[in-house]
Amino acid sequence: MLTETGTMTRPSTAGPRPLAIEARGLVKRFDGILAVDGVDIAVPEGAIYGILGPNGAGKTTTLRMLLGIIDPDAGIRRVFGNDRPHEVARLIGYLPEERGLYPAMKCDEAIAFMGALRGLPLAEGRARGRELLEGHGLGHAIDRQIRQLSKGMAQTVQLLGTLVHRPKLVVFDEPFSGLDAINQGKLEVMIRELADRGTTVIFSTHVIHHAERLCDEVAIIAGGKVPYAGSVDVARDRIPAQVRLETRSIKGAWRAALPDDARHDRKGDESHFWYFPIPDSGIEALLKRLIEGEAGILSLSIERAGLHDAFVEIAGEAAARALEENAAGGASR
Amino acid sequence: MSETTRLSRFEAARVVARRDFHAILFSRAFLFFLLGPLFPILIGALAGGIGGQVQRDASTRLVAIAMADANAEAMVEARAGLAPQIGRALPELAITRSPAPPEEILRETGRNYAAVVSGTPAAPVITAPQEAIAAWSGPIAMIAAHAASSETKAYPAVAEQPVATSRAAERSERIRTAQAGQLILFLLMMLLAGMVLSNLVEEKANKVIEVLAAAIPMDAVFLGKLVAMLGVSFVGIAVWSAVGGILAMVAGSALPHLPEPALGWPLFVSFGIVYFAMGYLLLGSLFLTIGGMAATVREVQTLSMPVTMAQLLVFFLAASSITRPGSPMELFSAVFPLSSPFAMLARAAQSEALWPHALALAWQALCVVIFVRAGATIFRRRVMKSGKAGRAVKAESSVTKPI
Repeated sequence: MLTETGTMTRPSTAGPRPLAIEARGLVKRFDGILAVDGVDIAVPEGAIYGILGPNGAGKTTTLRMLLGIIDPDAGIRRVFGNDRPHEVARLIGYLPEERGLYPAMKCDEAIAFMGALRGLPLAEGRARGRELLEGHGLGHAIDRQIRQLSKGMAQTVQLLGTLVHRPKLVVFDEPFSGLDAINQGKLEVMIRELADRGTTVIFSTHVIHHAERLCDEVAIIAGGKVPYAGSVDVARDRIPAQVRLETRSIKGAWRAALPDDARHDRKGDESHFWYFPIPDSGIEALLKRLIEGEAGILSLSIERAGLHDAFVEIAGEAAARALEENAAGGASR
Repeated sequence: MSETTRLSRFEAARVVARRDFHAILFSRAFLFFLLGPLFPILIGALAGGIGGQVQRDASTRLVAIAMADANAEAMVEARAGLAPQIGRALPELAITRSPAPPEEILRETGRNYAAVVSGTPAAPVITAPQEAIAAWSGPIAMIAAHAASSETKAYPAVAEQPVATSRAAERSERIRTAQAGQLILFLLMMLLAGMVLSNLVEEKANKVIEVLAAAIPMDAVFLGKLVAMLGVSFVGIAVWSAVGGILAMVAGSALPHLPEPALGWPLFVSFGIVYFAMGYLLLGSLFLTIGGMAATVREVQTLSMPVTMAQLLVFFLAASSITRPGSPMELFSAVFPLSSPFAMLARAAQSEALWPHALALAWQALCVVIFVRAGATIFRRRVMKSGKAGRAVKAESSVTKPI
């Protein structure tokens, strides 16, 4: 059996595409403390782009600079080629980490108001809001005030308000935080649908598997710096793929085919696992020698490194530990 | 949606203003806001009533006549004869038949004599505290002189030649109008400043501000909020004016009469409205800036206290310079943005010149723009510092730095 684990089919990002967002050398200090230190990001139009890092790494500050909520102390940012993001506000939808709606507003009014902020006429916003609410199972709540909704429902209303004006670029700051597993799944589907329609989606997260499952490209951010920005596949390929061999026997002539530093693990008395880099001679040659040496192959797979391994390699153990702690904290919340 | 990719600042401000205007107008807070002026009026009326009673009790005009019956009656008659000519300059007289010495009559419970006059009309003796002696010995001497004389004096008729007012009277009268205008302006602004603050507190509590800041420029957010509150305040003023008008019709001539301001009532009232709007916009933008500087709702309330106190000082500055038009202090209060609306309204009551108002309004409008822009900048710098996590980390350890 020859498999490649941990990968999924993603839309092709091959070929040069115009950039939805471009940032070079972004720097931001707060009270003398460096929050973001020379961030470079390039987000192609139509991509799903993740900004991955632990809490306090500079994700929110970076997003706020990209959106023009705050100005960088140094560096440039361009959104659809415009260095003043508010100039292209109608093309952008933004869901901040700290969700907030006016509690006295009705759901459709809240969505229409968010659309109006982006230039959508109120009447049209309300009509679209009703459609969106019905389409997302909240038809019964159209005339309810926000204060009468559950937290999850209110979050959905805000999410719909972010999309009501049909933006070309959607920016989500920690969109999965506070959502249960079912709603996280729904949001993942929504993000994929947006990308399928050609919308560029950027989201920040401290949960690796969201970035790994969804993103074409990621920026890994730690301590205000971006040590890596680019394709998820390329990030993973920074760590060589490993061969995972499962054999029945532990000894025999076939052992000569394995490199000296192959790691051995056993499962019960019948299975032995061996992990080692792909030999220079290639998989086919290795396979041939194992068969000839009667290794009793139960399985053989090539394991590509996951994004987590890549994150550890790129950002370091401390940042990875912080990321895991944040994710565990988020899960427990 | 049109092809342009952003709302103009004014369109954006309109979206925010519209939302805020509706939200405030249909809230319970607005009802309390409308009822707000009722409380100071009630308290003022109560305090005035009590104060008046105390004043009446304290400064009685009743003088006891402790003389032989014939002399006492002669004194009362003499007073009645003089009253049409001298009126309130004379004390009220009451005949007492108490045999007690004058000092004891003054202390009698249930009476409230300012002085006791004994002796005879030819040689009256006044017993009273020093101030009462100073106040009443002259009028008592006049009454006694008339009581002692058997001749009936004839008073010549004084021909009357009335004029509208003298220069001195006009100026002193108009000061009352200026004071009343300033006081109303101040009370309205203090009421509304509180509304701006509670609106901002609500905004912070709802965490909507980042959604707004991402979509439209922050100064448009500020402007929208200020305009909404101004609209709400005009609704409030319209309601209060209507109620006040009805009360005025009911009370009629019982209401105090204010002299006509130098620019005439229509122009004075128009300037009052414009200066109120300017004063409110200046103070409101200052409050919004304070909101920008504060990280929590409690901080907003704490920081607003010094501004409220400062506003009182500004009011006193403008009020104290009313009587000295053209003095350096009056000029300063007309130029200093926060006191300018008060000082200029006082000018509208006292001076006919129009050009200073045009100049002042242009200056105040410029200050509003500067204040709003500065507030928006401070807000962007201080409030949008970092995400939730970032703030938590900073709070936990001030030495936490990015790796």
